[in-house]
Amino acid sequence: MRDNAALRPIDPAPAVDYQTDPSRYRHWSFTVDGPLATLTLEVAEDGGLRPGYKLKLNSYDLGVDIELADAVQRLRFEHPQVRTVIVTSGRDRVFCSGANIHMLGLSSHPWKVNFCKFTNETRNGLEDSSRDGSLKFLAAVNGSCAGGGYELALACDEILLVDDRSSAVSLPEVPLLGVLPGTGGLTRLTDKRQVRHDLADIFCTTAEGVRGQRAKDWRLVDALAKPAQFQAAVRSHALALAGASLRPARATGIALTPVHRRFGSDRIDYDHVAVAIDRGRRLATLTVKAPAEPQPTTAEGIHQAGAAWWPLAMARELDDAILTLRTNELEIGTWLLATAGDPAAVMAVDRTLITLREEWLVRETIGLMRRTFARLDVSARSLFALIEPGSCFAGALFELALACDRSYMADRPGDPAAPVIALSPLNFGPLAMVGGVSRLTRRFYGEAEPMEAVAGAIGRALDAQTAVALGLVTAAPDPLDWADEIRLMLEERASLSPDGLTGLEANLRFCGPETMETRIFGRLTAWQNWIFNRPNAVGERGALTVYGSGGRPGFDWTRV
Amino acid sequence: MMSIDYTDLIPNNVELGADRTLQRALEAWQPNYRNWWLEMGPEGTHDLDIYLRTAISAEPSGWAQFGHVKMPDYRWGIFLAPRDPERAIGFGEHRGQPAWQEVPGEHRANLRRIIVTQGDTEPASVEQQRHLGLTAPSLYDLRNLFQVNVEEGRHLWAMVYLLHRFFGRDGREEADALLERRSGDTDNPRILGAFNERTPDWLAFFMFTYFTDRDGKFQLCALAESGFDPLARTTRFMLTEEAHHMFVGESGVARVIQRTCEVMKAHDLRDPAQVRALGVIDLETIQRYLNFHFSVTIDLFGADQSSNAAGFYSAGLKGRFEETKRADDHVLKDRVYPVLTVADGRLTEHEAPMLTALNEVLRDDFIRDSHGGVARWNKIIEKHGLPFRLKAPHKAFNRRIGQLAGVHVTPDGQVVAAAEWQAGAAHWLPTEADRAFVAALMGRVVEPGRFANWIAPPPVGINRQPIDFSYVRFD
Repeated sequence: MRDNAALRPIDPAPAVDYQTDPSRYRHWSFTVDGPLATLTLEVAEDGGLRPGYKLKLNSYDLGVDIELADAVQRLRFEHPQVRTVIVTSGRDRVFCSGANIHMLGLSSHPWKVNFCKFTNETRNGLEDSSRDGSLKFLAAVNGSCAGGGYELALACDEILLVDDRSSAVSLPEVPLLGVLPGTGGLTRLTDKRQVRHDLADIFCTTAEGVRGQRAKDWRLVDALAKPAQFQAAVRSHALALAGASLRPARATGIALTPVHRRFGSDRIDYDHVAVAIDRGRRLATLTVKAPAEPQPTTAEGIHQAGAAWWPLAMARELDDAILTLRTNELEIGTWLLATAGDPAAVMAVDRTLITLREEWLVRETIGLMRRTFARLDVSARSLFALIEPGSCFAGALFELALACDRSYMADRPGDPAAPVIALSPLNFGPLAMVGGVSRLTRRFYGEAEPMEAVAGAIGRALDAQTAVALGLVTAAPDPLDWADEIRLMLEERASLSPDGLTGLEANLRFCGPETMETRIFGRLTAWQNWIFNRPNAVGERGALTVYGSGGRPGFDWTRV
Repeated sequence: MMSIDYTDLIPNNVELGADRTLQRALEAWQPNYRNWWLEMGPEGTHDLDIYLRTAISAEPSGWAQFGHVKMPDYRWGIFLAPRDPERAIGFGEHRGQPAWQEVPGEHRANLRRIIVTQGDTEPASVEQQRHLGLTAPSLYDLRNLFQVNVEEGRHLWAMVYLLHRFFGRDGREEADALLERRSGDTDNPRILGAFNERTPDWLAFFMFTYFTDRDGKFQLCALAESGFDPLARTTRFMLTEEAHHMFVGESGVARVIQRTCEVMKAHDLRDPAQVRALGVIDLETIQRYLNFHFSVTIDLFGADQSSNAAGFYSAGLKGRFEETKRADDHVLKDRVYPVLTVADGRLTEHEAPMLTALNEVLRDDFIRDSHGGVARWNKIIEKHGLPFRLKAPHKAFNRRIGQLAGVHVTPDGQVVAAAEWQAGAAHWLPTEADRAFVAALMGRVVEPGRFANWIAPPPVGINRQPIDFSYVRFD
């Protein structure tokens, strides 16, 4: 039975639960009108996830963002006719004032980092949907829009700002708080909206922000509308955006029924995913299971299965497992990724996914898998794949191995139980990392020879020696070596500095050319995390500490 | 470049004639100001000769020059209270340092915001009151309205001076924007909510000048403590004018009450309907207007917990009312202040850090001050031997801002259910019928010395002129 206490979270507060549904929302609500959905933010001041702060002026904390992520997910799956999501505020004159500063001031460093990571992923997810022909997003900025509020707007396809002579967009983090707009703000200004860097410099050092025509001239927003015309303008912009969505005009959605979870002592068991925590060794094993039953191969069959369709159910469970471990199990520094079941069953599902990939529900499911696997790439945990007998690292599930820092495959020549891996077309693009390249391309730096070799291996069951030869796994110990090899590797890993590992892994995982998304995680977030840890932000007289108290920050003026 | 006699055109004590930056800015702004006045100033008044007070210097002898003038030709001037070269910052983290004569870059954005917010209320109130001249109850009152209007205009000049002189290009843009926003315009409203409401009738005007201009007084008093010396000196001079506006309000309401009481006593009436039948405003309606204006005005002080207020104070930008007269450390780091909240359906006080409660401190100072006039109004009623007493409503009544917003509290301070409050609202706040009744009484009276039936004449005229003086000439 459900037993959160058994998880024994490191954070003294109760464990965070990422599962919610509209009946439990306190901050967001949405309505659907033909191809348009309106997602309205009206934050309950007393609805903070933790005690000690009030969510004033539509500011948000992790709890607010969990609802946002859930609402977008439901619009994707439950309302297929929706093409454009209008993101707006239900409050007068305030769109959103960003992450709640008092919450940040009270939060531990890991909490802040995890919070920013999740909010980043949600915003990247909006852009991922748009790129993929799914939902388009319009920020209908109907009041002041500051910090994280503007970062949310930046993640939308278009920003429409009310021109009432007072509503401004702003990134006041540096002048007010001594930190960065760390949820993509700086990077989207430059890379996405191509705001000139000197104008961006003024914008980001002007606490009150920029409004009206200047905001448009500087490319901070796409369009302006007077209050009386605002609703009409929102509608026409939203409808224009809708034209670029590939979502169906008429279709019935599927209900995202609650994810089945059983919390046990140091375990979480889902239908297709299991998490086992070994606290002594500070590691968790995540096991993803292949479908045990035959899966539908037609659109009708898939719709009938709904949320129980294996790839969808598996991705939702894995998503919850990753988020739960990341938030609630901070000291569990190593994740072993395992699979169990018949590789052929996984490959069969892959074939259906590829064949029907233009069908809306299939497209959304592949999108969810892509975004879920992408969470692994940015998780500050050491990831190792153990490819053992009985595993099914095939097609989409081989992405789990590809996402790992290293992968170990049991080499058992002649043994009928020897594990095999397999590649499918899903490994060559549809499940790309946030930077837009497949993990295989990342792995081989896009070089022609190895890429052609692995492409030639699509659909074949590959044994350990072949996998090593193709460069698809790190090592293939034989049965005599396996246990000790793995033990030593894990013990060695567990002895290394967690900070050093986080930095190392992030650098190596995002090798190759940078994109806006990799820069957000690798440059912006990394700098932010450094600043978040510095006395100038969080010391006794740090800007974040004294904000709102009336005290003025005392800075160490040394430039580092 | 035209040669302009600046001192003649724009009376000032800021050496405008020698300040090229300021000249350039004002030369561009002044025609727009005049256009704004012609478009949005008092309706149908541009040819009237009005007996107005003009400030031509900041000396005691110079700030009250009386004479008949057409309002578009009014000489709006720029005056700062005299500079005290020894003045030090009186509060916050810069306490004891010499007051700033230029804007510190660190505080530029906040000071500009403070000045723009204050400045925006000045033209806003002119716009709110622009139709009132058509229904003035006497020439005396008409003149007082126009005096208030031109002085609000001058207060706009005062804020624009600061923007032009100290804030560069941004300041010039903000000064232009002050002329572009319009009270009550959906697309282009004034910054603060209360300044987008119409002032529909003269009772509302008197209440507004008593309560809402008193908010102005307290805001100006807090700014008069500012470490930014030009702001402190500007607002100190503005306060001399603000006092007149509150006089117009207090004496206006007093004369309405006086007239009502006279009629009630003469006819021995108590029933509001019978009082109304005789063409005067019943005391109950006056009480409802009072409740409305009081509650809307105290919202102007902002949220009870405000990090902006704390920041402004610590930075030395905005002090408390009579900061220098207070005997504490003027830093307030460890001080607390009782703030009203609702817990378990009851109003309770809890102690909040004083720095973040400074809006509440100023609001409470205002409330104490505003009770004085209410007591003086009650003296009039008492003198007529009537049992009715006016009362300022509870601080938590009809609030829209801060922790008391959304809580249903009666004028007596009882927390009630939403439905009960809605049912009581018609007894506590002016109804459409009340406003229609008051509006029906309004009609222009322009014969010198005559007053509308619903208001008593004042005891004395303006500047020792007789009551039947031609305060406004229509020819």
